[in-house]
Amino acid sequence: MSKPSARTQIFSRLYKNAGAIAPYTPEAPAWTPPALTPAKRIARFVELMEAVRSEVYRVKGDAWVDALRKLMRTRELATLAYGKGTWCGDLLEKSWKEKPHPTDLIPWTQDVEEFRDELFGINAGITTTMGGIAEAAALILWPTPEEPRLLSLVPPVHIALVKAKEIVTSFPEAIKKLDWAKKAPTNSLLISGPSKTADIELILQFGVHGPTDLIVFVIE
Amino acid sequence: MDKPKTYNFAREAAKALADTQLRDNLRFATQSLRQKRLAVFDDPDETEALREIGSRIKARGLTHLPRLLEELEDRCWENGIVVHWAETTEEANRIVLSIMEAHGAKKAVKGKSMVSEEMHFNAFMEARGKQALETDLGEFIIQLNNEPPSHIIVPAIHKNRKQIGKIFADKIPDTTYTEDTDILLATARRILREHYRTADIGISGVNFAVAETGTLCLVENEGNGRMCTTVPPVHVALMGLEKVVAKLEDVPPLYRLLCGSATGQRITTYFNMIKGPRKKGEKDGPKEVHLVILDNGRSRMLADPQLRKVLRCIRCGTCLNHCPVYTRIGGHAYGSTYPGPIGEILMPQLDGLDTKGELASASSLCNACSEVCPVKIPIPELIRRMRNESYLKKGTGVIPGHGAKRNAVEWIVWKGWRYSQTVPALNWLMLKTLAITGRVLPRVGPLKAWTRVRTKPVFAKESLKQLTRQEGIRHE
Amino acid sequence: MTEFPQNPSTVYYFGTCLSDMIYPEAGLAGIRLLQREGVDVIYPKGQSCCGQPAYNSGFPDEARAVALAQVKAFSGSNAPIVVPSGSCAGMMRIHYPLLFEHEPEYFKVKRFSERIFELTSFLRHSLNPTYTDKGPPITLTWHSSCHARREMGCTEDSKALLRQLSNVTLVELENEHECCGFGGTFSVKRPEISAAMVKDKVRDIQGTGASAYITGDCGCMMNISGHMESGKRPISGHHIAEFILERIHG
Repeated sequence: MSKPSARTQIFSRLYKNAGAIAPYTPEAPAWTPPALTPAKRIARFVELMEAVRSEVYRVKGDAWVDALRKLMRTRELATLAYGKGTWCGDLLEKSWKEKPHPTDLIPWTQDVEEFRDELFGINAGITTTMGGIAEAAALILWPTPEEPRLLSLVPPVHIALVKAKEIVTSFPEAIKKLDWAKKAPTNSLLISGPSKTADIELILQFGVHGPTDLIVFVIE
Repeated sequence: MDKPKTYNFAREAAKALADTQLRDNLRFATQSLRQKRLAVFDDPDETEALREIGSRIKARGLTHLPRLLEELEDRCWENGIVVHWAETTEEANRIVLSIMEAHGAKKAVKGKSMVSEEMHFNAFMEARGKQALETDLGEFIIQLNNEPPSHIIVPAIHKNRKQIGKIFADKIPDTTYTEDTDILLATARRILREHYRTADIGISGVNFAVAETGTLCLVENEGNGRMCTTVPPVHVALMGLEKVVAKLEDVPPLYRLLCGSATGQRITTYFNMIKGPRKKGEKDGPKEVHLVILDNGRSRMLADPQLRKVLRCIRCGTCLNHCPVYTRIGGHAYGSTYPGPIGEILMPQLDGLDTKGELASASSLCNACSEVCPVKIPIPELIRRMRNESYLKKGTGVIPGHGAKRNAVEWIVWKGWRYSQTVPALNWLMLKTLAITGRVLPRVGPLKAWTRVRTKPVFAKESLKQLTRQEGIRHE
Repeated sequence: MTEFPQNPSTVYYFGTCLSDMIYPEAGLAGIRLLQREGVDVIYPKGQSCCGQPAYNSGFPDEARAVALAQVKAFSGSNAPIVVPSGSCAGMMRIHYPLLFEHEPEYFKVKRFSERIFELTSFLRHSLNPTYTDKGPPITLTWHSSCHARREMGCTEDSKALLRQLSNVTLVELENEHECCGFGGTFSVKRPEISAAMVKDKVRDIQGTGASAYITGDCGCMMNISGHMESGKRPISGHHIAEFILERIHG
């Protein structure tokens, strides 16, 4: 008779010990931070994102494209990676076709194994989002085959497009609204600012491993 | 890093107390963390309600632990995550080693994981010719200096920038000394980005494992966790089996409690939720994801309704920041993976009361920790339990290694105390004796320790009992 | 929220063992403050210690034996029991039920615990005294014991009574929330750590510029004054009951 597996041993102890002396453990009430009106949501989202050094621009409709063009030029960002086939990618391609721009648009089409070295040299990456959370605040990112995970992580500048009407008040609300438990992809993320650390004397420093800059366009 | 039985806590604590630089660094850092926490939890009623929610979610999770772990395992397998079970830290290390060897992997990049510290993972891998590179900035710093972390959340809390600058200059080739924190950061970023690109395997911990959906949740600010769990072709996640939560909706309140308590933030830069390896059509992400679930005594702790409360811990570190002892001696003095108040009730259960029982005496039972614990662990109550079990007759206790402190002297002292407080004649005798001899008591034992920094207590010529009788106050 | 009896005619008094052995005047002062409000005070002679030293050191059986002796000593009636110490009051009110959770005496002990009140809270909420300050102007600081603060929640009550004294200026400690390092046997089992804590507490008190410090717990007082007096320029420490009694009598 071979030795029972670790799993068997662990579960036999767990079943013996968990229920045997089970103190009364009531359900926890739901956590619902007070709901905010749409206008207040957007304002709070902007306020809190800016407090952690995200740059937030409120724009109407497709005006974000021109704002982006200006930004890329001012900061001399030579390359911009994006997801091909997304509504964001389509608008960018159209704009660049109509009026060329010094920044090179780099669609991410290959697997990361082929694209990795190039990716690590790219200046900026742009992604769409599933919306935002106001009371924290954070972007909701559900990477897709078109907009892979590293697009928002490797390039030192991350540009994110948030539709104002997709900003909810709280994380619990987002979970309900997006049916997160059932529909989330392989990787889902909340992003609240550029990467940071306080490991040296608790001094807040930005741009550790992830992006140094997070630029958010809130599209109304 | 756990030291052998000869580890002398008293000596290490005294050494730490005498280190004025350490004390200054700790005082500054922990005060800052306490203030930041208050800025997030500024409404006492809301905070109390949130703590109640957090404690119920965790307590209930423990009642249903085996069922939740089965659900987690099933959902993870469905999602493509390979689930492994380890009874001991040795087994867990071997599992990761075998995954590495199956892939011919030599270099692992690591996100911060207290479980990996509990496993002494780095030492295990290095002894077998594998690199285990820390990527969290704090862990990176102390790994360079060959030190263990001294705090659960801020591993290099005990170091200031001058000390860090010196470590970089001494240990990183082609680096000159600087105190400029921007330059120090840029150096670390440059080195680590190169490691991410070339690593064979990424290791991470798990903050919350959601049974309902088979999701591993990771909390971080730096982005190194995302790097470690996305760039290398294989991701191995390590978790203690108590980290499972029932439903996705349990996560937001616990996440808020964790951020607010650990670093005084409403939310961290990244909250990373991983459901599996790269799917067909996806362009990045690891090709394989493994989850190693570690027991190491946790299933045993579950058996006792009082002791199981320690399993609620979400590893926020706020008890450390509020502890008058930890904030004076730092983490290294405890000589254990987990220091501070949580360490005092967890380490004896992991390593045995005989080796770690002395940690439980490093507390004045001031309750500052339990006042702020986000999941309401009654830490002082558990410290008393540790103390009690140290004195029980062998075989009558629950915690491994109990009874190690049992001795005749203390047994007599407490029995004597008991009779002097329950037998009126003996009580009278004790009071009379102290009144007469109190002045000339020799400075030995406890009195010696007391009088090193204090004057001797002066016993009253007449006790309160006598005074009340003299003043005509009714006795019944 | 604790319910305080309104205008009781009779109370019991638990003096505490430290008062019995070392600070009897403080214990007596508490009785006088209660009598001043027209309350009849009974001091059962069978009382001794609340049991905390053994309980905290890991000897719950001994603590239980001593606890039951207290329950018996105060079993003459159901009158409230007033305690001039947040620490001892906390032990008897909050920890006795935990100590006896699985014991046959649980309900008896619970009824005893519900009668326990800390002195300054009881004065403020049950008797509502008025104090006229007959002493000279003085600057003071308040030290709250950990259990007074966190278990009995009586810090605000103690300060409220002090604020009634018009010639008293109350300056708060910078780190009022921090333990003074007594912790009972902690002070002799971990003497270096305890010493570091009491040194910081004393420095904090001296830093307020106060000419005295007031506290509600004799254990803390023994610890803090013990260190204070082993150094230069000690600042005197007083139990709040003794201090108030002195001030209102001039």
